[in-house]
Amino acid sequence: MQKVSLEINGKKVSREIEDHTLLSTLLRDILSLTGTHIGCDTSQCGACVVHVDGKSVKSCTLFAADIHGSKVTTIEGLANNGKMHPMQEAFKKLHGLQCGFCTPGMVMSAVDLLKNNKKPSDQEIRDWLEGNICRCTGYQNIVAAVKEAASKM
Amino acid sequence: MASSLIGSRVERKEDKKFLTGKGRYTSDINLANQTYAYFVRSPHARATISKVDISKASNAPGVVKILTGDDLAKDKIGGLIAGWKIVSQDGTDMKCPPHPPLANNTVNFVGDHVAVAIAETLDQAKDAAEKVRVDYKVLKAVVKTGDALNSKAIHDGIDKNLCFDFLLGDKGKTDEAFSKADKVVKLDLVNNRLIPNAMEPRAAIGDYNSSSEELTLYTASQNPHLSRLILSAFNAVHPEHKFRIVAPDVGGGFGSKINAYAEDAVVAWASKKIERPVKWVAERSESFLSDNHGRDHLTHVEVALKNDGKITAIRVDTIANLGAYALVLGTVTPTYLYAPLLLGPYDIPAACCNVKGVYTNTAPTDAYRGAGRPEATFVVERIVTEAAKEIGMDQAEFRKKNFINKFPHQQCLVHNIDSGDYHAHLDKALELSDYKNFENRRSQSSAKGKLRGIGFSTYLEACGVAPSAVVMSIGAGVGLWESAEVRFNATGNISVFTGTHSHGQSHDTTFAQIVGDRLGVPIENIDIVHGDTDKGPFGMGTYGSRSLTVGGVAIVKACDKIIEKGRKVAAKMLEAKPEDVDFKDGEFVVKNSNKKKTIGEVAFACYLPGTFGDIKSPLPEGVEPGLMETSFFDPSNFSFPAGSHICEVEVDQDTGETKVAKYTVVDDFGTVINPLIVEGQVHGGVAQGIGQALYENAHYDESGQLITASYMDYTMPRADNFPEIKLGFTSTPATSNPLGAKGCGEAGTIAAPAAVMNAVIDAIDTDISMPATSEKVCNALQKNKKNKEAA
Repeated sequence: MQKVSLEINGKKVSREIEDHTLLSTLLRDILSLTGTHIGCDTSQCGACVVHVDGKSVKSCTLFAADIHGSKVTTIEGLANNGKMHPMQEAFKKLHGLQCGFCTPGMVMSAVDLLKNNKKPSDQEIRDWLEGNICRCTGYQNIVAAVKEAASKM
Repeated sequence: MASSLIGSRVERKEDKKFLTGKGRYTSDINLANQTYAYFVRSPHARATISKVDISKASNAPGVVKILTGDDLAKDKIGGLIAGWKIVSQDGTDMKCPPHPPLANNTVNFVGDHVAVAIAETLDQAKDAAEKVRVDYKVLKAVVKTGDALNSKAIHDGIDKNLCFDFLLGDKGKTDEAFSKADKVVKLDLVNNRLIPNAMEPRAAIGDYNSSSEELTLYTASQNPHLSRLILSAFNAVHPEHKFRIVAPDVGGGFGSKINAYAEDAVVAWASKKIERPVKWVAERSESFLSDNHGRDHLTHVEVALKNDGKITAIRVDTIANLGAYALVLGTVTPTYLYAPLLLGPYDIPAACCNVKGVYTNTAPTDAYRGAGRPEATFVVERIVTEAAKEIGMDQAEFRKKNFINKFPHQQCLVHNIDSGDYHAHLDKALELSDYKNFENRRSQSSAKGKLRGIGFSTYLEACGVAPSAVVMSIGAGVGLWESAEVRFNATGNISVFTGTHSHGQSHDTTFAQIVGDRLGVPIENIDIVHGDTDKGPFGMGTYGSRSLTVGGVAIVKACDKIIEKGRKVAAKMLEAKPEDVDFKDGEFVVKNSNKKKTIGEVAFACYLPGTFGDIKSPLPEGVEPGLMETSFFDPSNFSFPAGSHICEVEVDQDTGETKVAKYTVVDDFGTVINPLIVEGQVHGGVAQGIGQALYENAHYDESGQLITASYMDYTMPRADNFPEIKLGFTSTPATSNPLGAKGCGEAGTIAAPAAVMNAVIDAIDTDISMPATSEKVCNALQKNKKNKEAA
C-alpha cells in the first residue's frame, strides 16, 4: 500500500492504494469516475484514454502510484462550468458517437491531437486515432467531428 | 414545426450523457454489499469432466461461494435454449444437445463454463477460481466446419454432428432449369467466422432481495424482456413476475447481446443462493471466447444462365457451423434468415438451397449484424459477378437485366417484395461513384505500380423480423410483434415506453421525432424509456433492423389512440361533436372555426376531470380519466431495404496490401426519419463489412484453441483503414407499415463484403477467400506470376 496524491479534474485527491493499482482502477473503482471505460485487457482499444499533465495516455497501462503529483483530466472534467468542450459539441453536432462506449477515450484522444496539430488533415486524424477502436461509427463522423472542433478552437 | 421533424437531421438527445462521462453501463453499477464473480472456463475444446474439486478454492481468502454444475442441477436450473425450431428435409426436428449454464460432465469449446468463484473482491475471486481443480479427460476436438459431417459425434446421439438438414426451394424445377441452361457458373465460397466485438464487454449483476423475493438482473442485453422470459420459463431462475431485468446503457450489441447467457443465469441464481449482489464483468479475452460468434459457412453455389445473360436458376449447398451448441437465433440465422435471400434483388424463377447446420468444438455462433443476410448476399453477389464475366456483360448491365422490375413481386422462395426501384439506386450509385471514368482511375493506379479493381454489390434484405404468424409457422419460439406505451403526463410532457432497446441506434431521438411529429409536441418534452422490464410493457427487443419498422410503428399506433381519445375530450371542452374536431400540429380545432384546445390542455383535462376554480374540464360520459395508450404492432410483412454498393480497391503488388480507395453506397430505406442517424448506421455497417472482407477472422488451431483471442491478434478495423464513404439515397416507402420505413441498421454489413471482395478479385484476377489479408493477396499474386511465367 502507498499513498498517492493527484489533482483530478481540478480537485486534489489523496488515497492509500495497493502498489499495483492501475490509474483506470483508481478512477473507476475507487473514485467512481466511471466515464473512463475498460474495453480490452491489452491496451489496444483506447476507451480508457485520459490526460495526465496534459498528454493523452491509456489509463489501463499506468500505475496510479507512478504518476504521484500529476494533474489528471478525465472525460468528466472536460466540460467547463457545464459548457461542453468544442470537441464534445462537435461529436454531438456531427453524430460522432453511437453506443457511447468508446466515446470518452476517443474525445480525450482527439483533444490531445489538436494540442499538437491545430489543423490536422483527414489522414492525420485517422492516423492519430489508430489507437482508439470504435465498432459503431465506421469513424467517418468522428473524423468530421475532429475537423469541426479544430475549426472552432 | 411538427411536419418538419420527419426527415430532419436532429442532433441526438442521448449524446450529452455519453460525451460527459455520465453514461451508465452495467459495469458502472456498484451495489451495497456486492460480491464479485469469476468463471472457471474450460481450457480444452472437448473433454469429459470426472471431478470438480472445490475444497481448496472454498477455503481461499475472501471466498463467499464456489458453485458448479452439480449445484445448478440440484437447484433444477434449466439449460440454455435454441429459440427457433428448424425441421430437416426428412421431416425430423433439429437435434440440440443439453446446454447447462455450468458444465455437467462435458465441455465443448475453449471458454465453456465449468464453475464460478464468488468472493469479496475481484482479485480474490480470480485467485479462488485458479484453485478449483477440474479433472478433464481431453478428447479429440472437431474444429473445422468442413470436418464436422465426417467426424465422430461430439454430442451423444447427434449423428454426423448434424443439427438439421434444411431444404428450401423446388429441387425439380431447379434441376430442370439447369438442364436447359446455356451456361452454368459455379463457385466455392468461405464465409469467415467473425467475433462481434461490441466495445462494451458483457457484464451482469444479480441482486436478490430475500424479503420481497424480488430478483433484479442488470445485464448488457439487446432485449431485456426476452431474456427475462427465457431465464424464467426455461432456466427456471426465478418467476417472471418477481424478476426484473435492467439493460441500462449498453455499449453496442451487433447480435452478441441477444442471448440470455450462462453468466446471466449464473449470477442471478447465485445472488439468490448467497443473498448478496453478484457482479461479473467480462474481460475482453472472455468476450472473444464466449460471446456468440458469427458467420462461418462453406458454400457451393451454381447459377444457370441463358446466353443473353438471364439467370434462370440458382442452386446453393451450405454447411453452417453452429459451434458447440444451438443458441437463441443460432439455427434460424443460417436457414430462414439466409436461404430466402439467396435470390438477391433478381427475378430468378427457380431456386433450391440446402443448409446443413453442424456442431463443432468452437464457440457457438448466432446472429451477428445482418445475421444470414450478409452470408446470402456474399453468395449471390459473388456468383452474379462471375456470371456477368462469363457472359461478357458489364456488371451493372448484367444486374439490371436480372433485377425485379414490378412490385409487389412474389419471389420463388419465400418473400413477397412490396416495393422498390433497383434501377434507381444502381443508376445513382454509378453516377456518384463516377463509374464511367473507372478505367482512367485504373490506369492511374497502374502508373503508380498498383492494381486497381472495382466491385459491385446490389443487395436486397428482409428486415423487421416479423410478422408473428409467419415466423411462428416456420419455427420461431415467440411472436415478433412490438409494444409501445405513450403516457401523457398531466403537465403536458410525454413518456414513451418501447419494447425495443437502444445500444447505439439512437432511439431516444428517432422515436421522439416520430412522437413529436404525430402529437405536435416539442421533442424536448418527450422522453423515450427502454431497457427495464419494470417500466414498460413486454417487448421483443432490438435486432434485425426491427426497432423502427416494428417498434416505431407501435409508437405511432399508440399516438393515434391518444389522438382519438383526445378528440372526444376536446370536443366536450369545445362544445362540439367529435367528428367536427380536427387534430393538426398539436391542436384540436373545431372545423370552420377558431375554437381550439392544445393537446397539452386536453391532457391536463384528462387528469383533472371536473370543475374546480378556473378549471372546467368534465370528461365526456363513458370516457375514463388519464391519457395513456398502449399498442402492440404486428406487421403484415417483412420490409425490404435494397441498395447498391460500388467499391474500388488498390493493391500493392509487392506487399499485397489492399486498401479501399473509393466506396459508394446508395440505399433505399423507404422513409428516413433522421438522415444524420441513418448515415451513421450505414458508415458503421460498411466498416464492419469491410472488416470482414479485409481484416477480421476468428481462427481456431487444430486442437480448438482460439488463436485470435485479443486485439493483438484479431484485426479490428481502425480509423486509418477507411477512405471517406460516399452516401446517397433513393426512396420507395414500405407499404407494410404506416411510417413507410424499411430499416437501415444492417444494410452496410450485408452488402459490403461482396463489394470489397469483387473489387479485390477484379484487381488481382484470382479468387481468394475472406479476409483478403496482405499475406493472402501477396501469395495469390506470386502464384499468378509463376503461372504466367510457366505458360
